[in-house]
Amino acid sequence: MNETGSGAPIVRAKGLSKQYGSGEGLVRAVDEVDLEVAPGEALAIMGPSGCGKSTLLHLLGGLDRPSSGELWLGDRRIDKLSERGLAQFRRHDVGVVFQAFHLMDELTARENVELPALLAGRSPRQARRRARQLLDQVGLADRAGHLPSALSGGQRQRVAIARALANDPQIVLADEPTGNLDSAATLAVLRLFEGLHTAGLTLIVVTHDERIAATANRMISMRDGAFVDEMRLTGGTKRNLGKFAGLGG
Amino acid sequence: MQQEVVLAMLAKEPSSGSRLRARLNDALGPLGEDVNDGQIYVTLSRLEKAGFIARHGAEAPEAGRKIYGLTATGQERVAEWLSEVSWPKPDLAEFHLKLVAAAQAGLADPIGIVDAQRRELLRRLWEVERAAMAEPEDSSAGLLLEGIVLRLQADLRWLEACERAWMDRRKK
Repeated sequence: MNETGSGAPIVRAKGLSKQYGSGEGLVRAVDEVDLEVAPGEALAIMGPSGCGKSTLLHLLGGLDRPSSGELWLGDRRIDKLSERGLAQFRRHDVGVVFQAFHLMDELTARENVELPALLAGRSPRQARRRARQLLDQVGLADRAGHLPSALSGGQRQRVAIARALANDPQIVLADEPTGNLDSAATLAVLRLFEGLHTAGLTLIVVTHDERIAATANRMISMRDGAFVDEMRLTGGTKRNLGKFAGLGG
Repeated sequence: MQQEVVLAMLAKEPSSGSRLRARLNDALGPLGEDVNDGQIYVTLSRLEKAGFIARHGAEAPEAGRKIYGLTATGQERVAEWLSEVSWPKPDLAEFHLKLVAAAQAGLADPIGIVDAQRRELLRRLWEVERAAMAEPEDSSAGLLLEGIVLRLQADLRWLEACERAWMDRRKK
């Protein structure tokens, strides 16, 4: 288990950039971003839509290649990997959670969670055991045999989170994980992330939902492809909570 | 209305009460009607007594034509007020006029003021949301905490709009 914020960075980006188009139409979606994430850290990258946060997440997850800059996972350089190496990286080292869940509609919850382990070459028995464990962890043991269509949005997202954990990734990336969820389901996802964070997982979430930040110990604001502000969050003093609600003071 | 608002609106240049009135009307539009002249003049005389503003010019012109300007103490008070972050007191007009006054007088960057406010709100949201996460699922206190979260989120939305608008103005 990792101490939050200690040790050599697990993710390191240097001058990471992604551009689209050229000349007048050049868009710097991600513009020379430097980032270091320590093992066990929970990081929230926040900003309005179009600020480049999703593109950044895709770069970090190996779903897209940077135009320039360096990306490291531990002591492995990711941006120079071959297509095959990159596919391996995606399969083994990162788990990704999307806003729209991206579950396979024709597979049950359990089969969805088993799939990444099977693709990574684990035996069906291993995959099944791990899936059962994970669905239990996200509170959906009793829904394992359901198709996604029979699950609520919040339950689908929890299945997607279980799937992201199937291969015990070094980092979990999430893109607007609560974007399609109501308040109660959001809270359930937040509690789940908090549990993962406490258990030592490294978590990077990009979002415009400030509530997500509650599970983070660091928050970065992004505008026009670049980081503009950074806050470290600690404590939990409960100071003045009543005052916010009109009690006292 | 906060007396600091009147003070800050004077920071641009020494002005008469009626000039001040016009400036407030510009910034507040239809909401300006809710600020009456009496309030402005009473505030001005209070600020003068407190030593935050002083009269410019020697002669004693008719009411409403007196020209007031900030004293050194007044300048200090404005700078202090601009850097203060106020919440939960939901005084939207005060915050709005803070941005206007800061930009007009060139005293502070409105975007910087928005950033400071946002940091404070995010910190509070973090606290409240963590408290909500710690509540059992059927907790009725959870419902109250959700109410606070939703209000904070509304304020943060508005700050986003403020940031966009003042960014655009800066580009012009």
